[in-house]
This record gives sequence, C-alpha cells and structure tokens, in this order.
Amino acid sequence: MTSSIFSQLFQTLLVVLLAPLLLGWVNQCRAWLQNKSGAGVLQPYRVLHKLFHKDAVLAENASSLFRTAPYVQFACMVLVASIVPMVATDLPFAAAADVIALVGLFALARLFAALAGMDVGTAFGSMGARREMLVASLAEPALLMILFTPSLIAQSTSLTTIVEVLAHHRFVLYPSLAFAAVAFAMVALAENARIPIDNPATHLELTMIHEAMILEYSARHLALIEWASAIKLANYSAVGIALFLPWGIAAAGDWQAIPFALAALLLKLLLGGAALALLETLSAKMRIFRAPEFLGTAFLLAVLGMLARLLLER
Amino acid sequence: MVPAFSIQLLNFLAALLLLIAFAMLSQRRILSLIYLFAWQGAVLALSTTVVAYSTGQDHLYYSAALTLILKALLLPWILHRLIIRLNIKWDVETMINVPTTMLVGIGLVIIAFNLAAPISQLAGTITRNALGFAMASVLLSFLMMITRHKAVAQVVGFLAMENGLFFAATSATYGMPMVVELGIALDVLVGTVIFGIFFFRIRETFDSLDIKHLEKLKED
Repeated sequence: MTSSIFSQLFQTLLVVLLAPLLLGWVNQCRAWLQNKSGAGVLQPYRVLHKLFHKDAVLAENASSLFRTAPYVQFACMVLVASIVPMVATDLPFAAAADVIALVGLFALARLFAALAGMDVGTAFGSMGARREMLVASLAEPALLMILFTPSLIAQSTSLTTIVEVLAHHRFVLYPSLAFAAVAFAMVALAENARIPIDNPATHLELTMIHEAMILEYSARHLALIEWASAIKLANYSAVGIALFLPWGIAAAGDWQAIPFALAALLLKLLLGGAALALLETLSAKMRIFRAPEFLGTAFLLAVLGMLARLLLER
Repeated sequence: MVPAFSIQLLNFLAALLLLIAFAMLSQRRILSLIYLFAWQGAVLALSTTVVAYSTGQDHLYYSAALTLILKALLLPWILHRLIIRLNIKWDVETMINVPTTMLVGIGLVIIAFNLAAPISQLAGTITRNALGFAMASVLLSFLMMITRHKAVAQVVGFLAMENGLFFAATSATYGMPMVVELGIALDVLVGTVIFGIFFFRIRETFDSLDIKHLEKLKED
C-alpha cells in the first residue's frame, strides 16, 4: 500500500514539476526550426519564478471568482495528472476517476477559465471566452468518442486498465486505434491552443483565443494559469502516450521496470514535443470559422474508429 | 482469438487507406490531393507486398512493384506536371461543403462495412476483413468524383477509386491474374495521359476546368 502511494506521489509530482520543461522543449524546438537561437528549455521556469515574485494587480470590479479561478484550474490539472499513468500503472488514485471523469475535469477547468475571462467585463476577455467555448463544445464530444474506442478494446473506462490491456497483453495492431490516434492529435492541438486553431505565441488581439481570456491576470494568478496550461499539455501528451504508445509503462508492482519506463517516457515526450513543434512550424493558423470543420473531422474520425472496432474487429 | 501479425498489419494498412481516402475527401488544395494520392499508392503497394509475403503468392510481388512505380510515382508525377502546366494550384471547389461531405462519407462507410460483412463470412482468404475497408474507399472516391467541380479533382477521384478496387481484388481473391492487372495498369496510364489532353482541350474551349460548362454542349 505504501509503495503504491509512493508511486502515486512520484508520478503526480513528476508531471507537475516537469510540465514546464516539456513546454520549454517544444518552444526551443520551434525556435530551432525557425532558425532562431531560442530562450532555452528552462525559460518557462524563469517566467514562473518571475511571476510568483511580483505583486498581483486585480481589476477594480473583479469578483472572488476571478481570484479563485486560477487555483481551480491548477487543481484540476494536478488531479488529471494524478489519474493518467505515465511511468507505472500503479495508481491508487486512478480508481477515483475514469476517462469520462477526465474529460469532465478538463471541462471544469475550462469553465472556470471562461467565467473568469468574462468576469472583469472587458471586451477581449468575453470574446476569448466565447471563442474558447466554441472550440470546447466541438472538441469535447470528439474527445469522448476517441476515448470510447480504447475503452471498448479494454472493456473498461479506467485508464490504468486500458494501459494494462494495451501494453502488457499480447501485442495487437488495432486499425480502429489508428483513426482514434489521428483524431486525438487534432483534438489535442485544439484543446491546448496550438497552431491550427490558436497561436500560443500571439498577442494580436483579433486572433487570440486562450491568451485573450487571461489578459487581465498578473503575477501569481498568471503564473498558476501558465503552469496549469503547461500541465495540460503534459497531460494530453500523457493520455496520448497511454492510449496509443503505451509500450514501456511499467506494470503494477514491477519496480525493476521503473527506470526503463522513465527512459521510455522521456524519449516519447522528447519525440512528441519535437513533432508538435514541427507540425506548428509547417502549418498556418486557421480562420476561426474553419475550426468547426477541423474539429468536425476529428469527431468523424473518432466515430470511424469506433465503427471499425464494432463492425470489423470482432 | 488474436489473428496473426501479418493480418493485423494488413488490417492496419487497410485502415490507413481509408484514412487517406477521407483526407482526400476533405482536402481543398489540388497539390495536396495529388500528394495524398501518391501516399495512397505507396500504402497500396506495401499492403500488396504484405499479402504476397504472408500467402506466398509470388505474382503479387510483381503487382506490388507495378503499383509502386505506376501509382505512387509515375501517375502523381504526370498529374503534378499537368497542374503546373495548367497553372492551377489553388482551392478546389466542392458542390456540398466539406463537413456535409464527410457526414455522407461516414454513411457510406457504414454501408460498405455492412455490405462486406456477409461476403467476408464466405471468403476463405486471410485478408477478408480488409474487404470492408476496400469497399469503403471505393465508395468514398466515388463520392469525391461526384462532389467536385474541377476536372483534375475528378480524375484524382477516379484514380483513387481504381486504387480501392485493386485493394478489394487483392483482399478478396489474392489479386487478379497478371494479364488483367497489366492491362488495367496500362489502361490507367493511358487514361491519365488522355485526361491530360482533355484538360487542355476543355480549358481552351471554356477558359476553365470547371466541368459544369460542359452542359452547354447539350443540344436543345
């Protein structure tokens, strides 16, 4: 029991503390691809450090919701980080929430972000919140459909069971998972405010989605939000790895496999981050009105994955 | 029961073919359409090689090589040259908007899977599960031909349909006799060349590749 609690703590802390590093790696890769020298992989930590040491400035008409929202977002992301198996499937906490609750946790964090964006009453905040909800309302059903395909394969909606089945039973190539993986990549791009949908580096008001919502935040609140979005990226990577590349994740109680699992995880994240940077460099941001089409395609691919699972893989 | 790895690989490649067919359906740019067509040819060649390897049918190696050369390299190259000479790289117009097309596509996939299910039950080949995917990609390419205005996109749809048919033949009966395959390959090649000439003729006559102008040719 103690050992599994230790494993739980270790994994959650690993994700929470290393998430800014992943973000830094993605930004660094992107800088390299654009022939810039880049700020270094540790830059997100420096930003967080700087923001935590500043005095917070609040708008005069900000309500208590505005102040609590960053904490809620951060807590949601930490909670998600503690139910997604990254290194080992030995997670006592994972019993508390399955993949459907996972989608709910993401939705809760987003709801608070959108409410806080509207709370101060500036035009950009509400505009960003509305756009975010537009993207979310399309991405969420797609994400649920994607998660149903591996759940059908594993006959369980618990992430740890899914990883156990996919990684430790006999190796099987599932065509349905290919559809789900493509759809997941599209949804992950949209949900993490990456390039085809939103540009994380932009501060041009008319094109911002995520950034527009958090314009009013400063200091520790902003730091928590930035950290939460870094953890969100890490969480999405973790879910993607758990569902589509689970090989290497250690089985419960298998302590010898942990170092190898860590190395595998690091390699997958390095490659995944580089791939994300490459994708972002190669593609251009879409018009916001193209977003429904993009996410509709993701939804249809997810449906196709489920169909392939139900009709062909019996 | 878990099937052998080669069958899993084949099903996976079949799914990849269907994915490419969907990507083609949603693609707006003609250049990307041709790249996708080339990728479809490459996946087709790979899947034929897998069938050849796992069943020991030697003649399938030749047809795989033929597919690779013709459909992944030569035809895309011809089409690429054509659209550069015709100077049409911009957006392809679709008759129905893309999300609706995709929805219709999903419906077609369901029809194809259900249609193929009883046939797969009867088929004795190891590759029978891929038949549903093959039929779905044939129907999707057909849909692409119907929903596009421009002649080039329709030709790409036609060639993609031929890819789907070829895959269906491989998965249902381990491929057609070599003579038939060679004949079809030659037909497709000559067809593309003739289509190329047609493109120029259509554009000379109507100043556009939009085939709805062809309706003017009707006698009243």
